[in-house]
Amino acid sequence: MLVNFLARLRGVAIIGGLLFWSMCACADYKLNMPVGVTDTSRDVYDLHMLTFWVCVWIGVVVFGVMFYSMYHHRKSKGAVAAQFHESTTVEIIWTIVPMLILIGMAIPATRTLIAMEDTSKPDLTIKVTGYQWKWGYEYLGEGVQFFSSLSTPREQITDDSVKKDEHYLLEVDNPLVVPINKKIRILTTAADVIHSWWVPDLGWKKDAIPGFVNDSWTLIKEPGIYRGQCAELCGKDHGFMPIVVEAKTQEDYDKWLASKKAKATQVAAADAVDREWTKDELMAKGKEVYGTICTACHQANGEGMPGTFPPLVAGKEFSAAETMLTPLREDGFLSDDNKIIMGSVENHAKIVLHGVPGSAMQAYAEQLSDAEIAAVITYERNSWGNNTGDVVQPSTIKAAR
Amino acid sequence: MSTATHVHEEHHEGPASGLTRWLFTTNHKDIGTLYLLFSLLMFFIGGTMALVIRAELFEPGLQIVEPYFFNQMTTMHALIMIFGAVMPAFVGLANWLLPMMIGAPDMALPRMNNWSFWILPFAFTLLLSTLFMQGGGPAGGWTMYPPLVLQMGAAFPFVIFSVHLMGMSSIMGAINVIATILNMRAPGMNLLKMPLFVWTWLITAFLLIAVMPVLAGAVTMLLTDKFFGTSFFNAAGGGDPVMFQHIFWFFGHPEVYIMILPAFGVVSQIIPTFARKPLFGYSSMVYATASIAFLSFIVWAHHMFTVGMPLGGELFFMYATMLIAVPTGVKVFNWVSTMWKGSMTFETPMLFAIAFVILFTIGGFSGLMLAMTPADFQYQDTYFVVAHFHYVLVPGAVFSIMAAVYYWLPKWTGHMYDEKLGKIHFWLSVIGVNLLFFPMHFLGLAGMPRRIPDYALQFTGFNEIATYGAFLFGFSQLLFVYIVFKTIRGGQKATSQVWEGAEGLEWTLSSPPPYHSFETAPVVK
Repeated sequence: MLVNFLARLRGVAIIGGLLFWSMCACADYKLNMPVGVTDTSRDVYDLHMLTFWVCVWIGVVVFGVMFYSMYHHRKSKGAVAAQFHESTTVEIIWTIVPMLILIGMAIPATRTLIAMEDTSKPDLTIKVTGYQWKWGYEYLGEGVQFFSSLSTPREQITDDSVKKDEHYLLEVDNPLVVPINKKIRILTTAADVIHSWWVPDLGWKKDAIPGFVNDSWTLIKEPGIYRGQCAELCGKDHGFMPIVVEAKTQEDYDKWLASKKAKATQVAAADAVDREWTKDELMAKGKEVYGTICTACHQANGEGMPGTFPPLVAGKEFSAAETMLTPLREDGFLSDDNKIIMGSVENHAKIVLHGVPGSAMQAYAEQLSDAEIAAVITYERNSWGNNTGDVVQPSTIKAAR
Repeated sequence: MSTATHVHEEHHEGPASGLTRWLFTTNHKDIGTLYLLFSLLMFFIGGTMALVIRAELFEPGLQIVEPYFFNQMTTMHALIMIFGAVMPAFVGLANWLLPMMIGAPDMALPRMNNWSFWILPFAFTLLLSTLFMQGGGPAGGWTMYPPLVLQMGAAFPFVIFSVHLMGMSSIMGAINVIATILNMRAPGMNLLKMPLFVWTWLITAFLLIAVMPVLAGAVTMLLTDKFFGTSFFNAAGGGDPVMFQHIFWFFGHPEVYIMILPAFGVVSQIIPTFARKPLFGYSSMVYATASIAFLSFIVWAHHMFTVGMPLGGELFFMYATMLIAVPTGVKVFNWVSTMWKGSMTFETPMLFAIAFVILFTIGGFSGLMLAMTPADFQYQDTYFVVAHFHYVLVPGAVFSIMAAVYYWLPKWTGHMYDEKLGKIHFWLSVIGVNLLFFPMHFLGLAGMPRRIPDYALQFTGFNEIATYGAFLFGFSQLLFVYIVFKTIRGGQKATSQVWEGAEGLEWTLSSPPPYHSFETAPVVK
């Protein structure tokens, strides 16, 4: 009886839940896959619901028979066991019928899949690169590229007394801006480990794999802000690299693109000038770069994490696997008794530019400008009690590349 | 017969005493007990890790653990539960039951049997010790995808070595199962008279021998990539990170069935007993099991639809995966038909077996949904997947193990377990497990990725429910331990038949059975 009752309860809960969902699709308490804002996402949603209802009906029939049997064919009710078994006809029927149902489901699935894989004739191509732990976006042929990282303040994550934003963990500093009603081809790749780029409202996700370029496409019909997350485990901050897509009308998109281009040329021009930077300028810029790029691993106080991410503070002890310590020692950043020491500016630049192979330290040569690298090195060598007094000029980095 | 041989034989009849009995034992029952107790211990260690995960996910924000430690917990939880809890539990059941079911005195290779068990405590001590090493334990997921896995600290070679050890243990166990079943059956027991538990284990053993070396190869390539300068999976050196996923899942998908086929066997023994009616389609059950095993080798890439395969590949793996629904359906229909017009009673093993059929089928439904490639692009790597595989593994494999323990415990110990406590344990477990895993379907569909330590606010409600369910389910298992140990120590004497409707050779032996099951082979008609 209880089994019966509970299963019925679950059935009611599923159906009731779906009804509830359809009544308030905009509520926070989401139960079902979003319908999304593209034709693809709608097709996928329909396929999902088709399979769901097929499963529900098979479940109703199979579990119905089971519960009927459990209720009526019990010994306590005086049921006497029949002894029938083996029937080839029955076996054939319950092999063929599911086959037919499966074929019925495979047809729309195949059609949708073929459409999803057709990335030909895009109006616009955007390259998405996954980094630990942020996304890089590059508008191919437009000369616009930028990074997009989590903008939720750290206190909201670690301190329960701080109120969390409405879009807690789903907000970024620079969203991906795209035009509506344009076929956008999205290339995904990664710089370090495998990530996966996923915005549920677009109807798909695609892995971003180092050394590979995957392509997908989307055509968004409604302006709006669509949020997603990295979907492939990519290390410590996997849960903290959201994606925000802002779909604008063509006109608004053009405006945004123009201003982005103007700003890029401005910054590039300012950085490119071969001039002496003051220490204060470098420290200010360095702090900014450090905050967006380096803190995830080396921490805001430069103390890193034992065993995985080395501290940047001279005198701090770092204990980790030998394979991790050896390159640090070779570059002169670790004493024989495993304390951090400040190696030469030259080696410091080498590590930031080219990374440390086999570790989480990436090569930043492609990601950061001369001025940014010079600034962050200056900042690291003169913060948290480090007082080398070194002022590293962008020209030095340029020469070191 | 001379007196000397007689004394000699007597010496062999009972177990040795003390600790050495367990260390040096070559007896299938002792080794079975060791396997089962070991897996129970691992179940609680892995379960504690799961509770750490659920506690952190109780509400948004980071309260209990750091993200890096959270990742170690998810990774270790999976490795411990798969290789330490579920697989050894089934090997333990095989050890106890195969010789008794086929009318043999013991397993075919008793010394290897001892060795394959005693490797495990070392393998798992090694694995667990990595949590205390520089840089912590493995944190890149149990799937060990490169390049992420290569960022692991000092633990890396130790993890690889412990996986090698587990693989060796499994392969030896599998060889023993095959040798026993093929060589030691009682006269008259031809293959198509074997109990289904024996059949499912025979097929499982072949799967193990086929795929454990593949896993060993994959992790060895990781090892050489890290330490010996090879570039199997490093794109910068001309390698291919996706190739690892192909190799891993070529092992991984049969592995999934390694954990569920013996469960099918258990349930196929229990349902006929309590329905007092023979299994509806014995031979179609055997063929269905064999078909599932075959299909398991050609569906691996459905675990990686989002890596960007060519269309043809995606279509092939979608169709092949959908096909699995057919033999699996045959199994479910057969169980239901066996119940139909039976004369059912609902003792604890039957309750667990029925819950298995229902909840495993729900896991099968979500599996069918996941097979649809375009929809999988949405489901992949979300809590929907977590819900799916936990439904087939917890109320699936784990429930079948519990059903088996309740079913055969009176045979093993000679005592009946406490039926009332058993039923309480069942109801707490079945409510707990559904509270725990059912909301995860909604979380996944609404967009919550798996393996994240913190989440957006709209996911709070269902995560809270899941956490309550986790603690209910977890703590209910202490009751299971109490029931089992209480039964070992004493209780109402069990008859050799134990269950009214039970059939098979094991029920012809006394309860508890003699130390060497069948000294003279019975004749099966």
